[in-house]
Amino acid sequence: MTDLSRRKMILTGLAATAGVSGLGVAARLAEKYGLVPPDHGGIYGPGETLTYAAQRLLTRHSLAREFSPSQISKRPFANEISPLSDDFKRLQAGRFADWQLSVDGMVDRPASFSLAQLKSYPSRSHITELACEEGWSYIAEWTGVPLSHVLNLVGIRPQARYVAYFSIDPDWWDSMDMADALHPQTFLAYGMNGEDLAVGNGGPLRMRLPRQLGYKNVKFITRLTVTDNLRGFGKGLGSAAPEAGYAWYAGI
Amino acid sequence: MGSAQAPIGACVPSSASAVPATVPSRHSVFVRVTHWITTLCFFVLLVTGIEILVSHPRFYWGETGNVLTTPLFQLPIPSSRALVPTGYGYVLPDQNGWSRALHFQVAWLAVLTGLVYGICGLFTGHFWKNLLPSKADLSWRELLNTLASHLRFERPTGAEAMSYNLLQRLAYLFVIFVLFPLIIWTGLAMSPAFVSAVPASVTLLGGRQSARTIHFFASLALVLFLLVHVAMVLLAGFGSRTGAMITGRMGTHKERT
Repeated sequence: MTDLSRRKMILTGLAATAGVSGLGVAARLAEKYGLVPPDHGGIYGPGETLTYAAQRLLTRHSLAREFSPSQISKRPFANEISPLSDDFKRLQAGRFADWQLSVDGMVDRPASFSLAQLKSYPSRSHITELACEEGWSYIAEWTGVPLSHVLNLVGIRPQARYVAYFSIDPDWWDSMDMADALHPQTFLAYGMNGEDLAVGNGGPLRMRLPRQLGYKNVKFITRLTVTDNLRGFGKGLGSAAPEAGYAWYAGI
Repeated sequence: MGSAQAPIGACVPSSASAVPATVPSRHSVFVRVTHWITTLCFFVLLVTGIEILVSHPRFYWGETGNVLTTPLFQLPIPSSRALVPTGYGYVLPDQNGWSRALHFQVAWLAVLTGLVYGICGLFTGHFWKNLLPSKADLSWRELLNTLASHLRFERPTGAEAMSYNLLQRLAYLFVIFVLFPLIIWTGLAMSPAFVSAVPASVTLLGGRQSARTIHFFASLALVLFLLVHVAMVLLAGFGSRTGAMITGRMGTHKERT
């Protein structure tokens, strides 16, 4: 064995050790700074993690593009919804006067809000694009109460890392990290284009986070849970989407 | 075609190559490795891209578009979504979930591979030596000459076979420095989170739906390139050319020139 090849071997060994420990350090740091998505396991885990980590670093405080009123789509497309349950129809018959949003989990004051209460808080609007992962999109003016306002009312505890949100449709629930939950454009939306949010578009109450794709904007919201980990929810992948083969993080 | 270009392997330091000095290497190690990783990535991206496309085989121009608006054009294929009016009486199974996950995962691999290729290409002078046509070659006459010899199905011999001809150089430069960056850019421009951080990435293209449409045409252009590329390899001698991209060497005894 010549000196050259020995040196090569030592260098290769050192590089490999540095690489492996570098990966280890990177994984620890990523976990610490909340850059690992709950669906990081499985064969698509590396891609999901790279995308989520890169976009979270890039977009922590960025704002979704807002449009002028003239750009609002004349015919917003309401995607298919599951058949409405009897519970929903009963609430709908009462013009959603009895619709309740409950908030629990890692909060100081668990509470329940009626639609009227939510509408009594300062309302915000933004004209943003809703883009479906299928490829289509439309622009609408969304009106609602910022999620951060409701979270402030109930008082989230410092260890909170995610907000899970649930639809009246038991098959549809999701969660977001605190960067999205406290983001100024994340709304509990009850209005669209100046009118009450139509049922087809998720009325009476829809989660609206314009930096993520349509399926993250869950319709018919009835409950929020603030938590520090998502393992206890469903199959522990963070939302119903990964259970159906879709990514938890839908910023791309 | 009298240009005396360096053999394509010339940019590799001899110590890094297993090729004896007497047999010139046609492709350096980094070109070969990145070529095949990119090939694999391209096929995966193409198949998953088609699967994603099937969920909405309509294209629009501008910012928005959906089944209630007039498309720029619609592909005459069935869809995996019932609400898309395709004229077919059936709906394809939904493969969008894993297709998207795999598409983005392999896009990462492709971009990182491209990064390695770009750095090595700059570092070794690969772009200047092997891809950029020399001033003497860059003329209409030379272009016509190369085109004519292609049309006569002439196979290059000797020193000529060891370097890329003018048409190859232009095609490779276009793919590497125009189509690849364009397809990455238009892909990122469809990410609502990415464009929130870099709004110009989508506004410069004319909107989200324009980005999607350009992404589609860039992928078509890459498929077209692939077809021509493979046809040329077949004409030039599949065994020797593919072998050269694997081992780096032109199989001298197998070369059918």
